[in-house]
Amino acid sequence: MAYDLERYESFGVERYRDESPFKIHGGCGLAGICDESGTLMSGEVAIQAMAVQRDRGNGLGGGFAGYGIYPEFSELFAFHMMYHDTAAKEAAEAALSESFTIEVAEPMPTRPVKGIVDAPLLWRYFLAPHPHLLEERELSAEDYVVQVVMNINSRVDGAFVASSGKNMGAFKGVGFPEEIGHYFRLEEYAGHTWVAHNRFPTNTPGWWGGAHPFTLLDWSIVHNGEISSYGINARYLEQFGYTCSLGTDTEVAAYLFDLLLRRHKLPIELACKALAAPLWSEIDRMPAAERALMTSLRAVYGPGMLNGPFAIVLGFNGGMVALNDRIKLRPLVAARSGTTVMVASEEAAIREVMSAPDHVWAPKAGEPVIARVEGMEWPIHGELHLGPAEISCAVTGTEYSCEPVEVAV
Amino acid sequence: MQQTFVQPEFRVKIDYDKCHKCGRCVQQCGWGVYDFAERPIPHDEKCRACHRCVTFCPARCITIEKNTLAFRENDNWSVGLLKGVWKQAETGGVLLTSMGNPKPYERIFDRLVLDACQVTNPSIDPLREPMELRTYLGRKPDAVQVASDGAGGFTLAEGAGMANNIELATPIIFSPMSYGSVSLNVHRSLAMAAERLGILMNTGEGGLHEDLYPYQDHIILQVASGRFGLSPEVLGRAAALEIKIGQGAKPGIGGHLPGEKIDREVSATRMIPQGTDAISPAPHHDIYSIEDLRQLIYAIKEASGYKPVGVKIAAVHNVAAIASGIVRAGADYVYLDGFRGGTGAAPAVIRDHIGIPIEIAIAAVDQRLRDEGIRNQASIVAAGSIRSSADAAKAIALGADVVAIGTAALLALGCHLCQSCHTGSCSWGITTQKPELTRRIDPEWGAERLTNLVHAWSHELQEILGALGVNAVESLRGSRERLRAIGLDEQTCKILGVKPAGM
Repeated sequence: MAYDLERYESFGVERYRDESPFKIHGGCGLAGICDESGTLMSGEVAIQAMAVQRDRGNGLGGGFAGYGIYPEFSELFAFHMMYHDTAAKEAAEAALSESFTIEVAEPMPTRPVKGIVDAPLLWRYFLAPHPHLLEERELSAEDYVVQVVMNINSRVDGAFVASSGKNMGAFKGVGFPEEIGHYFRLEEYAGHTWVAHNRFPTNTPGWWGGAHPFTLLDWSIVHNGEISSYGINARYLEQFGYTCSLGTDTEVAAYLFDLLLRRHKLPIELACKALAAPLWSEIDRMPAAERALMTSLRAVYGPGMLNGPFAIVLGFNGGMVALNDRIKLRPLVAARSGTTVMVASEEAAIREVMSAPDHVWAPKAGEPVIARVEGMEWPIHGELHLGPAEISCAVTGTEYSCEPVEVAV
Repeated sequence: MQQTFVQPEFRVKIDYDKCHKCGRCVQQCGWGVYDFAERPIPHDEKCRACHRCVTFCPARCITIEKNTLAFRENDNWSVGLLKGVWKQAETGGVLLTSMGNPKPYERIFDRLVLDACQVTNPSIDPLREPMELRTYLGRKPDAVQVASDGAGGFTLAEGAGMANNIELATPIIFSPMSYGSVSLNVHRSLAMAAERLGILMNTGEGGLHEDLYPYQDHIILQVASGRFGLSPEVLGRAAALEIKIGQGAKPGIGGHLPGEKIDREVSATRMIPQGTDAISPAPHHDIYSIEDLRQLIYAIKEASGYKPVGVKIAAVHNVAAIASGIVRAGADYVYLDGFRGGTGAAPAVIRDHIGIPIEIAIAAVDQRLRDEGIRNQASIVAAGSIRSSADAAKAIALGADVVAIGTAALLALGCHLCQSCHTGSCSWGITTQKPELTRRIDPEWGAERLTNLVHAWSHELQEILGALGVNAVESLRGSRERLRAIGLDEQTCKILGVKPAGM
C-alpha cells in the first residue's frame, strides 16, 4: 500500500484500510440551496433541509459546504483542518506556515452535541500564499494550494484538509447532518449557497474525512447514488492521469467534472450531457448540428458516462449545479422561490425551507438544474495547471506515487 | 495399395427396418459416404459426422456413433496422436484441418462471471426501459471541442467532432471469411443480414463479388497479403478497409486456395486467372516493419477517401506492444483474433499450438492502450471464439468495443463443426464451390437465420446490461469491476484485471 493508513486511526477509521481498495456502497440524502442575488442565508436553512431527510441517512456521515461565509477574508484561502492529535497539528501547522502567511489560526467554533463523539481536533486557518514562493515555483496560487493540500494529506500523519477554497468551507463528520450542523454552529454562518449531505453507507467507514462534501479549492460535491459504471469510469480517468483510490463514486464524479470542465473546457451544460447522456433515440431526433455535437459527445465520453442511479450537487462560489442520472433512478426535486433555487432528495425539505415556492418541479433525467450567483465568475477553479494525478492525490489524501506514463517504442 | 492403419472415426448406423430406401442420404452426403444397392450402404471411413444425412433422412433412421475401438490405455499417447503419426507415415505431408482449435486449453470465458445489481443500485428492466447497444467503430478524439452557436447554445468546433466512425446497431459483427473458402451464397447471406441488422460483414481476403455491391455500406473489405480482388474502385465501395496481418487459427501462416476452387466467379472476384492456385504469402511482402504498415494504412486511406482502416492480427505473445504500434501507425481499429478462431484450412500443428487466448489479448491490449493514453484512438474488435452472448459480454467487459463472430455465424447456416472445410466438399454448402452443394443455402433463408442469431444475442446482451444496472453498452465496455474470476490463478487474474469472486 502506497500510503500509511495508521494515521487515520483516531478518526475511527481502521476500517478505511479494509474498504479502501473496494467500492463503498450506500444511499444518501442531499440538498442544495442558492440565492442567485447573492443574498446570504443562515446555515440553519441547510440544517432544516437535512433534518427532515433524517431517514435517508444512518448517522454515519453528514456534512455541509457554505459559500460566501467568510466575506471578511474573501481573498484568503480558508483551510478547514482535522487533526488526529496535537503532534499532527504541529506538523501540519509547520507545513502551512512554511507555505503561507497565516493571517488567522483558530479552533473551529463547535458546541457539544449529543450523538457527536470522537471528533478530531478541528481548526481553521485563513492563508495567503507567500508571493515569492509562487514566483519561484512558477505556480498559480491555486496550483500551489493544491500542492500543499496534497502534501499535508499524504505526508502529515493524522492531518486532513477538509476544505481549502476562498470564502467557503466544508463542515463534515460522523453523525446525522443536523447534529453535525449544530455541532459546527452553522446557524452562525451566512452564505449565498449551501450544499448538504446525509450519508447511509452500507458498511461502517465512519472517519470524519470520508463524509461528504468532497472538496478541492472552492468546489464541493455531494452525491447520492451508486455509479454502476464505476469500473470503466475509473479506468477512463486513469488514462488521463487521475488515480481513483478512495473507491467511492463521488471521487469518480468529482474527477470527471474536473476533466470535462477544467481540462477539456466544456461548458457545464455539455459536461452534464456527457455525464448523463441523452438516449440515442433522443439524439436521433435532434436537428443536424445538435445531433452531430451530441453524437460526438456521447461516443467520445462514453467511458465517462455515469450510469446507474445518482443525484449530484456541485457547489462553487458562482453557484451550484444539480444533476440526475440519465433515467432518473434517484430522487431529485427542485424549486424556485424568487431568486432562490433549491434542490433536495425530497420535496419535504423544500417545503420545510421555502414557505411558498413559486415553482416546484422534478428535474428530468439528465437535465441539470443550474443556479448562478449574479456577478460571480463561473465556474471558478482559479488558475489551476496541475496534473490530474496530483489533484487526485490532493483530494483523497494519498501519496503521490504516480509513475510517469510509459511510452512504447 | 497398402492398408491404412487409421480406422474410421465414426460408425454410420442405419436402421434398415425404418429405412425408406429413398436414397436421400446418398444425395445429401458431400463426402460420398453412401453407395446404394437396394439400400444405402455407408462407408464409415468417409464420414465427417456433419449430420447432413441425419438431418434430411425422412425416416430418421440414421445415427452416427463414435468408433469406440479400444486401444490399450495411454494418457501420453492419445488416439489422435497415433492417427497423426500413421497418416504422416503414409503421406509424408502436413496434417491439414479446419475451424478453431479444439484442444482442452483453459477456457477463460468459462471462468469469468458477471455481476448484477441488488438493493444498493437497481437493476433495469430491458423490456420496459431503453437498453442501448449502439456502438461506433473507429478512431475518436480525446476531447470534444465546442464553439458558441451564436444563439446561446453550442455547436461542434470546426473539425472537432468524431469523424469516419461506423455506426453499429449492436456490438456484434461478422468476422472475415473469404469468397472462395466459403460460397457466394454464404457471402450473400452475411451481407443481407449485416444490412438488416445495421452491422458489418467482412469479405475476408477474397475480394468483393459484384452481387454484394448493394450492401457496400455494411461491408468491410479485407486487404490481405495476396491482395486479391482489390482495385481503387472496389476500395471505394466498402464501408471500411481492413489489413489482414494474421489469423488466430494460423498466426504467421499464409493461405493456399487450390486452383480447382477458382471457378469463373471466384476468378473474377479475386482478379486472378481461372484454375490457378490463390496463394497468400505468410507476410505482406511490402510490410516488413511497423513503419511499412503505416505507409500501407495511409495509402489505403488516400485511395479510399479516408475510410476507416483496421488491422487484423492474431493474438500472440507480444500482442499488446504490437497493437500499440498499430494504433500509433494510424489504424482506426485493431482486430484481435484469439487462438481459438476458425479457419477454412490450416496445418493442425499451427492451429492447435500457436497463439494466446482472446480473453488475455483483449485485457493486455486494452490496458496497454490505456496506459499509453491512446485507447480513444482506436476501437478493439475481438474474435476467436465468441460462442455466446455471454462470451460477448465478457469480452466487452474486458475491454473490447465490438466482437466478431465467424464460427457462430456458420453454425447458424448449418455448419456442424466437422472441421473439414479444407476438403471443399461441405455437405451443408458452406465451404465449397460445388454448385450442387452451394445451392443448398438460399441467401434469404441464410440472412434470416443470421439475423435471428444476432437479434437473440443482442436481446441477451440487453438482459445482461439490465441486470448490471446500466442502460448503455459503453458502461460495460472495459468495466472489469463487473467481472469476477472463479478458479483462475492470481497471475492470470492480474493480467485480466479481474478480482477473484468473493473480493
